[in-house]
Amino acid sequence: MNTIYFDNNATTKVAEEVFEAMRPYLCDLYGNPSSMHTFGGQVGIKVREARQRVADLLGCDPGEVIFTSCGTESDSAAIHGTLVAVPHKHKVITTRVEHPAVLAVCRELESHGYTVIELGVDKQGRLDLGELEDQLDDDTALVTIMSANNETGVIFPIEEIAERVTDRGITFHTDAVQIVGKVPLNLSKSRINLLSLSGHKLHAPKGVGVLYVKKGTRIAPFLLGGHQEGGRRAGTENVPGIVGLGQACKLAAEGMEDENTRVKALRDKLERGILKSCPDSRVNGDVEHRLPNTTNISFEYIEGEAILLLLDRYGICASSGSACTSGSLEPSHVLRAMGVPFTAAHGSIRFSLSRYNTEQEVDLTIEKMPEIITRLRELSPFVTT
Amino acid sequence: MWEYTDKVRDHFFNPRNVGEIEEADGVGEVGSLACGDALKLMFKLDENGRIAEAKFKTFGCASAIATSSVLTELIKGKTLEEALNVTNKDIADYLGGLPEQKMHCSVMGREALEAAVANYRTGGQEKHELEGKIVCTCFGVTEEEIVRVVRENNLTTVEQVTNYCKAGGGCGGCHGEIEKLIAQVQGEKIKAPPAPAPPKGKKLTNIQKIQLVQQTINEQIRPALRAHGGNIELIDVEGDKVIVAFRGMCAQCKLAEFTMKDVVEAKLREFVSDDLYVEEDGDSAQEEHQHRE
Repeated sequence: MNTIYFDNNATTKVAEEVFEAMRPYLCDLYGNPSSMHTFGGQVGIKVREARQRVADLLGCDPGEVIFTSCGTESDSAAIHGTLVAVPHKHKVITTRVEHPAVLAVCRELESHGYTVIELGVDKQGRLDLGELEDQLDDDTALVTIMSANNETGVIFPIEEIAERVTDRGITFHTDAVQIVGKVPLNLSKSRINLLSLSGHKLHAPKGVGVLYVKKGTRIAPFLLGGHQEGGRRAGTENVPGIVGLGQACKLAAEGMEDENTRVKALRDKLERGILKSCPDSRVNGDVEHRLPNTTNISFEYIEGEAILLLLDRYGICASSGSACTSGSLEPSHVLRAMGVPFTAAHGSIRFSLSRYNTEQEVDLTIEKMPEIITRLRELSPFVTT
Repeated sequence: MWEYTDKVRDHFFNPRNVGEIEEADGVGEVGSLACGDALKLMFKLDENGRIAEAKFKTFGCASAIATSSVLTELIKGKTLEEALNVTNKDIADYLGGLPEQKMHCSVMGREALEAAVANYRTGGQEKHELEGKIVCTCFGVTEEEIVRVVRENNLTTVEQVTNYCKAGGGCGGCHGEIEKLIAQVQGEKIKAPPAPAPPKGKKLTNIQKIQLVQQTINEQIRPALRAHGGNIELIDVEGDKVIVAFRGMCAQCKLAEFTMKDVVEAKLREFVSDDLYVEEDGDSAQEEHQHRE
């Protein structure tokens, strides 16, 4: 059975080109880029080249790119690093729909005397910028708001937010792990101070990420003990990962148009097909401002984990915001923040595509979905047959 | 991915006895859409008072469906007395075990059976009514239900109780009460509750009192409200009066009055001083979402 992988917001396949680019730096060219000898030095050149490729994708200067171990590290570093740099300010503003890599860090800050404001969203998952504006004050050290939501794909107006926040002299960070490679960015023209990205969301391997730090942004170093990354993030570089990420960024830049035309069309076809053939289904989130690869669909009266297991029998991989999949007893905090009724939240399924998906895969899923939904509805006491 | 046994997978992919029985002798319905799982169990008796037919309909995850299926298989051919001896553990054992976090599915099966038998014995009068005091208001779990899962499964921690009957899995406001129930059932086996309560009783200076109030709000109260998308802020302390403001979901919540007395005041009295009482800040009650400078 072939795997049909529609879970690309969770992680992605390492591109063949990325793997080939990394290969020499595992067994053969294993030198330390910091070494004085040519053997190590040649590796340093490749790291520099990778940094340039990341900078090209982000539209920034290579000196503004700090390599980290993952998106979560980048988020933690951005938040803690900023607060250490502005010790006299004690307020952080974020949203209720952030990824735990941001939300959990912010909530932890509350027990250290920080005031944390979590902005709510409307039924479509959109922010009220007026509410943000009202919260900005002289005590605010940092505003951290994601670029696009991992569960619904809803995109926030991040450039406008960055302007409003930085106009007040406040640092602005965005967790952009879902948007990088899918929507073009030009950070040299943007007011964003700090931006996190994760390699494995754009066909690079797991274990490498980036924190973009705009020149002039006040941020404390977050790993000490070496001169690497300009002394801000010590530790010997993950050379194969970094080289892979560089290659992945190059591919992402080249594939940006494909992502926003072909992949988007596949997503739209999948979504339309499912909504048409499965009664009592609905899309969660603002469909206008959304990542081209993501759709989050709720099926009323049935439960997400059961849907996933039946999809799994056909090799179809997706994910759910239901309580049962996470081991917690409550459904996704994102859907709850949007006021999605419990009936629909428990039965929500996210399909997230990539450039490796095909029309046949979409067609097969559209074909199988109604029988799965019907089967579970026949079991459900809330459906009268 | 959950690690389900082959038995669980089999009963999920090929559930037995799905459907409804016309003119059933007993019908039991437990759970709800909001809780994430629900089960409707029906049975018909033969002339000897044995269960001739049992059918179910379930909303829920794979293990909820599998446990329902197994339950119908286990009770067929049994008298009602025999059927009532089936415990949640029997159901889980039959399936070769369930992941710990899914044990509540097996408990739901047993509860549906009891509800169906009660329904039969009262001639269709009795719907499943929760008996006794509700301990977990998030999932509507009573003291009696908690005591029972603790006893039958020899549970010793709040986390286990949550896994088995969901109690304590929402806001967490009832964890203290669940601990007490565990201690009560387990008798001397469980010693003093682990919650590191700050020393209470000695005279506090004003500064100490305010700090302790803030600490209690941060560590004991806020996490509970957070779970419901709400938040709380300490506005002022005047003598024994603690003034707070609710934020987020709590600001609009109809249960705010309840939360105030049952969660906030109770926790502050437990951790700071028995004389404390709580009031909601008048200004911020009208202006939701406004951060007070």
